[in-house]
Amino acid sequence: MGALHGSETVNLLEVRGLTKIFGALKACDAIDLTIAKGEIHALLGENGAGKSTLVKMLFGTLEPYSGEILWNGQPVRIANPHAAKKLGIGMVFQHFSLFEALTAAENIALSLNEDTPISTIAAKAKALSYSYGLPLDPYSLVGDLSVGERQRIEIIRCLLQTPELIILDEPTSVLTPQEADKLFETLERLRSEGKSILYISHRLEEVKRMCDRATVLRHGKVVGHCDPRKETAASLARMMVGNEVKAVVRPPSEGIEKASVLLEIRNLSRKPATPFSIPLRDIKLDVRAGEVIGIAGVAGNGQGEFFEAVSGEALQDDAGAIRIRGKDAGRLSISGRRLLGAAFVPEERLGHGAAPRMRLSENLLLSRHTTDRKAFLGLAGLVHSGAVKFAAQRIIAAMDVRKSAVDPEAAALSGGNLQKFIIGRELDRQPAVMVVNQPTWGVDAGAAARIRQALIELARSGSAVLVISQDLDELFEISDLIAVMHNGELSKPLPRAEATLEKVGLLMGGAEPGHAERVLEVA
Amino acid sequence: MRIELVKRPEQSRLFSALSPFIALGLTLIAGAIMFSLLGKNPVDALYFYFVDPLREVWSLHELAIKAAPLILIAVGLSVCYLSNNWNIGAEGQFTIGAIAGSILPVLFPQFQNWAVLPLMLIMGMVGGAAYASIPAFLKARFNTNEILTSLMLVYVAQLFLDWLVRGPWRNPEGMNFPETRNFHEYAVLPEIWAASGRANWGFVFALVAAVVLWFMLSRTLKGFEVKVLGQSPRAGKFAGFSASKMVFFVFIVSGALAGLAGISEVSGAIGQLRPTISPGYGFAAIIVAFLGRLNPLGIVAAGLVLALSYLGGEAAQISIGVSDKVVRAFQGMLLFFVLACDTLIHYRIRFIGAPAKTWEAAQNV
Repeated sequence: MGALHGSETVNLLEVRGLTKIFGALKACDAIDLTIAKGEIHALLGENGAGKSTLVKMLFGTLEPYSGEILWNGQPVRIANPHAAKKLGIGMVFQHFSLFEALTAAENIALSLNEDTPISTIAAKAKALSYSYGLPLDPYSLVGDLSVGERQRIEIIRCLLQTPELIILDEPTSVLTPQEADKLFETLERLRSEGKSILYISHRLEEVKRMCDRATVLRHGKVVGHCDPRKETAASLARMMVGNEVKAVVRPPSEGIEKASVLLEIRNLSRKPATPFSIPLRDIKLDVRAGEVIGIAGVAGNGQGEFFEAVSGEALQDDAGAIRIRGKDAGRLSISGRRLLGAAFVPEERLGHGAAPRMRLSENLLLSRHTTDRKAFLGLAGLVHSGAVKFAAQRIIAAMDVRKSAVDPEAAALSGGNLQKFIIGRELDRQPAVMVVNQPTWGVDAGAAARIRQALIELARSGSAVLVISQDLDELFEISDLIAVMHNGELSKPLPRAEATLEKVGLLMGGAEPGHAERVLEVA
Repeated sequence: MRIELVKRPEQSRLFSALSPFIALGLTLIAGAIMFSLLGKNPVDALYFYFVDPLREVWSLHELAIKAAPLILIAVGLSVCYLSNNWNIGAEGQFTIGAIAGSILPVLFPQFQNWAVLPLMLIMGMVGGAAYASIPAFLKARFNTNEILTSLMLVYVAQLFLDWLVRGPWRNPEGMNFPETRNFHEYAVLPEIWAASGRANWGFVFALVAAVVLWFMLSRTLKGFEVKVLGQSPRAGKFAGFSASKMVFFVFIVSGALAGLAGISEVSGAIGQLRPTISPGYGFAAIIVAFLGRLNPLGIVAAGLVLALSYLGGEAAQISIGVSDKVVRAFQGMLLFFVLACDTLIHYRIRFIGAPAKTWEAAQNV
């Protein structure tokens, strides 16, 4: 616990007893935090630990309930983002706020609140971007840029306001490993210029590699300050989670080459549905009984479009493009595909995988009303609510879903618990084919381990499991084969033993021959 | 300084239940103010408006007559609104239902037997449903705004009726009055209990429709489909429900019920077609639907309240001499207060100072 206190120079930012209350929940509970000039300070914590709430208070989008913020030793009140920018606090959000139909320079101009001509801004942005090794064409349309390039716009936009403190919220979650390396160089350069950085992440390796100090949050409280370079990844994880996370066990798969193909994707192509969606090009993939195939890729490379096509939310022209258990499914609706034995879990939980304002039992009916018609429905579509509620409780028990009421609304559950329910809802059917998009996005470590283990067990019991994820650690943990999606194309699956972080990273950047249509400016 | 509505993290169940009553209370207070401004004694006026009509049995029958179309239309609309489809054109579907149902007694007056009335009711429902499927088709096919198309079709229907009763359907023995011939005895909807008053079977239809739709919404997969697609369209698509089929389903259901209300009104209460057959039931039913919390059983109660405002308006014209426009003012205030109460249950008001000022404040701290 090497917290530095007052002895040397004045801290750039000091936070004392900052508290924020939402209803009955203390999202931040008396947080203390100091950031010195020229340091990279990590803010660690699981989802829901209070990181975002803390940062929003520092950036003026939320007002603290109590506590104080000192800037260069002076107490300040940060009422809104404008005030934060004036002080010298800049922020790069995890979810970008860019207009896709405008150019990079226009997007930057929008946030500057000044009457500077676009050409001046473009020239400044270009100069700045090259000097920090983040090359950017200010006249390119945001809609045409990769996620990594969009992040550069956000960073440049932030740097143009010459901030003293830069807050980065999960910046590498959308980058390839190579792009992330590039970002780290930029951050080190900023540090050497005396800027301070508050770096929010749950990736322990990169925190250990780059950050000078770390503050760990759990359930809204500071559980410790430490020097991450003196800790191990395991000890940091323990601080974040509060106890040991059970490691996922992946028993070896045997004789998979001979097992039957349960999900067959043949020359799947799809035109873009909107000007900014990604076309799918000629995707081929076989998923066999007993195996987990992982699809890696940077966000926004066609994963969402691919999931829609496979699940049947978007139909194919060619009935044979998707085959489930040997039957043509390309022209079948999502219900038709479910009847063939497939189950689907979309990326977004609230509003897609579950209706937020409906109870868990009703949300069970959402994906099971056709497959379990006999059990759940009577004459004229009368719902046997007793049977549905009973099944919902069975799933809740099997997946250890923690909740505050017997049958609460989906929106009342934490992300991890709702995801356990949504996955459990499909596992409960013992599906022959399971397609999951981002199974553990925004889920705490304990729940994530449980979900991953359940997916492996489903495969080992003879089902075909396809997992789309941007979390490489997760894919390496559970997959037998890993394929990479880039710009709407899918690479050949690599066996887990041959796939290295570097190989997969290059594929994510579009390095495979034939996939090089839009090479990113990486290394 | 600017005012923002901030979503409340959770809504109070108590106030959600109380909201219609608070709205009703506020309407009465605002009404009392309106009457005093008109120079009437507000206590007397409200008495004649809301209490006097409930004191006689025949008057209760009149209440049922007014409530029947409101309830029939509003329960249909509640299904529409729950699925996030905004049918504002029930008045037009009511009119077309009345016209379609009147074809037999007006054009074939010689065809007289027991089958006439059931056929008229069915034709009325088909007419209303067909007319409602126009905005449904436009929405499903071209993604037009159904609020505009359904509303504009109201005026088309009203002018069509006007033309019919002044032109081709005018009563040949009617001395050039703009009316159709009077319906013959087989074409008249009978009274429920003729000894005590005029209330006809339309009120029974309304109660049956309310119970059936309540059952559908709360107990069946179809009702679940309506609510899922209304609340989260993407989750509905994930469930395998079709949003465009739902548009047709809810418009046809609400159109058919509005059409049934139209033919019941013409065949039961009026007995012939005239240029005006509705005092705005189709629009007032929108208020009824919301006042009843989009719950068919709540709508029965709300329909009676709104019917009372019509009846009281007639009574107040005679007894204290206020304009019949007061009825519209009352209904408007009621809808305003219902929506305002609902909004404040879901959101709270926050006042925000101008950024520049706060910046100064921040520096001065």
